[in-house]
Amino acid sequence: MARHEEQEVVLRLEGITKRFGSVAANDGVSFTLRRGEVVALLGENGAGKTTLMNILFGLYTADAGRIELFGRVLPAGQPRAAIEAGVGMVHQHFTLAEGLCVLDNIVLGTRPLWAFGSGRRGAAKRIAALMADYGLRVDMDAHVADLSVGQRQRVEILKALYRDARILILDEPTAVLTPQEATDLFDTLRRAVARGLSVIFISHKLHEVEAISDRVVVVRHGRVVAEARTSDTPPAEMARLMVGAEIPAPVPRPVKPGPVLVDLHGIGTGTLREVTLQLRAGQIVGLAGVSGNGQGALADLLGGLIEAETGILRIEGREPVRWSPRDAVAARIGRIPEDRHGSGSIGDFDLSENAILERYADPPMSRFGWLNRRAARAAAERIIAAYDVRCLGPDTPIRLLSGGNMQKLILGRVMAIAPKIILANQPVRGLDIGALTYVHGQLLAARDRGAAVLLISEDLDEVIALSDVIHVMSEGRLSPGFARGAKTPAELGEWMAGRGFAAMEVWGAA
Amino acid sequence: MRLEAIPAPSLARRIGFPLLALGGTALLAMLLAAIAGAAPLQVVGLIAKGAAGSKFALLETLNRATPLIFTGLAVAVAFRAKLWNIGAEAQLYLGAVMAVVLGTGALAWPAAALLPAMAMAAMAAGAMALLVPTFLKTRFGVDEVVTTLLLNFVALLFVSYLLEGPLKDPMGLGWPKSAALIPEARLPRMAEGLRLHWGFGLALIAAGLVWVLQVRTIWGFEMRAVGLNAKAARFAGMPVTAVLIRTAVLSGGLAALAGFSEVAGAKGNLTTDLSPGFGYTGIIVAMLALLNPLGVVVAAIFVAGVFVGADSMSRAAGVPTYIADIVLAAALLGMVLAIGLGRMRVRRG
Amino acid sequence: MNEIVDILLSTGFWAAAIRIASPLIFAAMGELICERAGVLNLGIEGIMVAGAFAGWMAVYSGAGLWPGVGVAMLAGMAFGLLHGVLTVPFGLSQHVVGLGITLLATSATYFAYRVALPEVTSPPKIAAFASYAIPWLSDIPGLGPALFRQTPLTYAAFGTAIAVALVLYRTPLGLAIRAVGENPAAVAAQGLSVTGLRMGAVIMGSGLMAVGGAFLTMSAFDSFFFEMVNGRGWICIALVVFGAWRPGKTVLGAVLFAAFDALQIRLQQTPLGAGVPYQVFLMAPYVLSILALVVMSRRASVPAALMVPFNRGER
Repeated sequence: MARHEEQEVVLRLEGITKRFGSVAANDGVSFTLRRGEVVALLGENGAGKTTLMNILFGLYTADAGRIELFGRVLPAGQPRAAIEAGVGMVHQHFTLAEGLCVLDNIVLGTRPLWAFGSGRRGAAKRIAALMADYGLRVDMDAHVADLSVGQRQRVEILKALYRDARILILDEPTAVLTPQEATDLFDTLRRAVARGLSVIFISHKLHEVEAISDRVVVVRHGRVVAEARTSDTPPAEMARLMVGAEIPAPVPRPVKPGPVLVDLHGIGTGTLREVTLQLRAGQIVGLAGVSGNGQGALADLLGGLIEAETGILRIEGREPVRWSPRDAVAARIGRIPEDRHGSGSIGDFDLSENAILERYADPPMSRFGWLNRRAARAAAERIIAAYDVRCLGPDTPIRLLSGGNMQKLILGRVMAIAPKIILANQPVRGLDIGALTYVHGQLLAARDRGAAVLLISEDLDEVIALSDVIHVMSEGRLSPGFARGAKTPAELGEWMAGRGFAAMEVWGAA
Repeated sequence: MRLEAIPAPSLARRIGFPLLALGGTALLAMLLAAIAGAAPLQVVGLIAKGAAGSKFALLETLNRATPLIFTGLAVAVAFRAKLWNIGAEAQLYLGAVMAVVLGTGALAWPAAALLPAMAMAAMAAGAMALLVPTFLKTRFGVDEVVTTLLLNFVALLFVSYLLEGPLKDPMGLGWPKSAALIPEARLPRMAEGLRLHWGFGLALIAAGLVWVLQVRTIWGFEMRAVGLNAKAARFAGMPVTAVLIRTAVLSGGLAALAGFSEVAGAKGNLTTDLSPGFGYTGIIVAMLALLNPLGVVVAAIFVAGVFVGADSMSRAAGVPTYIADIVLAAALLGMVLAIGLGRMRVRRG
Repeated sequence: MNEIVDILLSTGFWAAAIRIASPLIFAAMGELICERAGVLNLGIEGIMVAGAFAGWMAVYSGAGLWPGVGVAMLAGMAFGLLHGVLTVPFGLSQHVVGLGITLLATSATYFAYRVALPEVTSPPKIAAFASYAIPWLSDIPGLGPALFRQTPLTYAAFGTAIAVALVLYRTPLGLAIRAVGENPAAVAAQGLSVTGLRMGAVIMGSGLMAVGGAFLTMSAFDSFFFEMVNGRGWICIALVVFGAWRPGKTVLGAVLFAAFDALQIRLQQTPLGAGVPYQVFLMAPYVLSILALVVMSRRASVPAALMVPFNRGER
């Protein structure tokens, strides 16, 4: 490979500072990017990586600092200027219009609004050429709504390439991919770099940073804490820089699993196909897989939101007669929902009201239909004290809380019913390292007390670290359970990509 | 420049902007008066005097406020649960029809039994009128805004048919109106010699009960939760469809009471111009009250005052009464904007 | 039954259907533009009232017919601007703002009417658009007299629908409008102004709604009455849903709807209809609209970001 130090500097960030209220999301961040180079921006959730890239892309305006692109100062707060200067960004949450086709999404905004004609034919030709050059296959006429997550990401990259991007920014691009898809992505990125593009790769996953980047810039609490050549920096060192102090990974002590509390047999719904799964007391079962492969349906099923169309659901050996969220709570299933803003809380309700959301209809929270506000307040105060929820008191609207504190309140609400079964769907997504460690600790403690825990996560590392048994989901199918340590991450990745299930079906038939 | 949400707006912000909005509508009233060729300050003075300048004026305002309290409550209850009931007009008329059906001699009961029966029947009819769109919403996902709006026209035509057919007053000399209610079916006055019928008292009681329901009971808790975040309410185990149905019954019933009270209290019979848009004005009342049931009473009296005042001003100054409708529509928009601004600030960059 | 067949086969019936459909097409196209950009415009009913008055008043005051249409359009655009400001940058409830605009536009119109014409007892008439037979085409037997002996404003209505379809599906602007109704973030990420696109759509759409109203006073009739819009705006909202947010299907829906309306008017005058209270016929359009909403509810592909305000919000 060419020595990057000799290549021209394409991007220079100097002293970028951005505050949200009293919090500095970015504090004097500076770094450079050269032609044909992949720089990894490494940092924990909440370290300020995404904010920085949104400033670069003109979606936010920095309070201080300047950005130079190809030697010219970039005007602040204008995405248009960033695009025209050759910056292409693939956001963590894709910015695609799902009701439109791939081609429309790619050409959107590339021609003057007042032009006549759709120019589709010429566009299609150019896109086909880009697909061939970069190894990005997508059906141009398909509606985005019908594409898989990996395909959508390809559309995003094509969008950037179609606009002649010279610098590609990818924000946590692998979070939604199977390991195989991630390998394909890396392949595309290598082709891009070979053609003289530069890449900023935002991640908190060390092995990916190792695999793809030339240099690594480590960000912590909004500041650059280190900048080094990737090949010179051992992963352990990167981890230490990223987190600040060594945080010991939780080492679950072995617990002898108890009786089966949840027994799913041959469950079928709109998305689930013949799912058979057992959750035992004192055991964490991890569910790995790319999101959108049926995890949501399984969580909804256990949470009482949907019923199985076929198959049998048994809770502590009995088939429930009725099945609703209320019945699930009555069966002492504690549910941590995937979307804490959308499903887990009511933003304009205060903490006491949110604390009793699942229990308001039962004494002591209400009697004969009358609410007991004092009991609700007391419940909230107990949770605030026991789970260290940082807030101004039980009368605060929950929307004012940070994600971590909101999750702690939800956790407290779950634990208040002394759950025998815990359904934890993406329990630490978007949390900072402190809150993350806390939530994991609580789940392990619940397991040690004898609860059956189902942990659903997109983050394979998280699943591997916590689970006693791991299942993988793909296209609504569930793999057999693998005991802790039985499979390597690469082998689990094969299952995530859908391989292995065919063989399973053969065994089933035999 | 962009707008940004303020997490915890100050009290001054939350009260200052609505006051500013009301001040702005007063200025608009003066501007309109000037356009119509009258003296602006005089017009505003005449409206205030016509609304509250005498005992007669004040009682007239309270009488006019009565149906508005009911429709305002109906809208406030429904909007709180994000059930967009724009059909209070239809529900009002169906309530009025039930009052006429039972109150023109079909039931020869004493007032103490007849009036509650009429009120209950009216509420049932109003509830039914809103249950249809609510069912279409929960079952087929049909937007209730459009269906309730369209049903207003259907209901009015239905009333027109009844008044020219089955409910036609045989003594009406061909006018499309119903027979007069029997004396037992009339709401008595609240005090001897006071031109204010018990419909007003009933409206106050309804406002109090709705407030208690919303704030103190689990049904109210569910309604508020469903309105703020239906997905979270469902996740928490609330019966969202049942909550919407309960809300519809309550909202439709309240709107129907406006019809009952107008027929049994104010008019004594039913015509197709029973309501000069009380159902739509209820939306203004509810929004000015920030959907608070007790606030509805205040807002309804204010709105009624503007109408009554504008009527009397119009006779004196010759400015069209529609000035009241404009001012109130502007007040609605101004109030919505004020609430929004109270929670937002403009930020550079 | 023969009566119905006779009606359906008469050219007069189809000419009436096309005429009745015209204001609906203008207004429904206006609503469609707004909704494709993600804004529900419940101001439609009031904006139609304002347009009906403004166009008619302009002509009554001495303006030409086409300038009158322009005045109506400007009046609609003014209310559209107000609706847009409140719902797009301020992100206020589209339901409440729309109803507020309807109340405001209606009452302002009535006020203006009373101020402008204080003395009149019956509304004065204007010389409205006359029908214009398109040479050759109007001579086609059957079809010709029905389709091509209409007023110029009717031809304009169908022309508008074609233009809306071309812009939406054949230009970069139309693509941007469709995208902003699907996912405003996608549009913002391309450096296009979500606010600008949505405001523009609401203003343009409101202008078309007002022309729909003006059709009533300047082509269908020749004077202005209170209550003359009579729920047509709400019906247009139903038509847009029925047309699955597509211009062609929406026009088809409007013509179908108008055909039913023309049919019920004619049925009232037959011996068959005489036995039924006339209110039943008058209810039919509203009931039909509701039924259409129910039937289409399963298939409708709503713009994903309809009624979702976009705030380029930082947290």
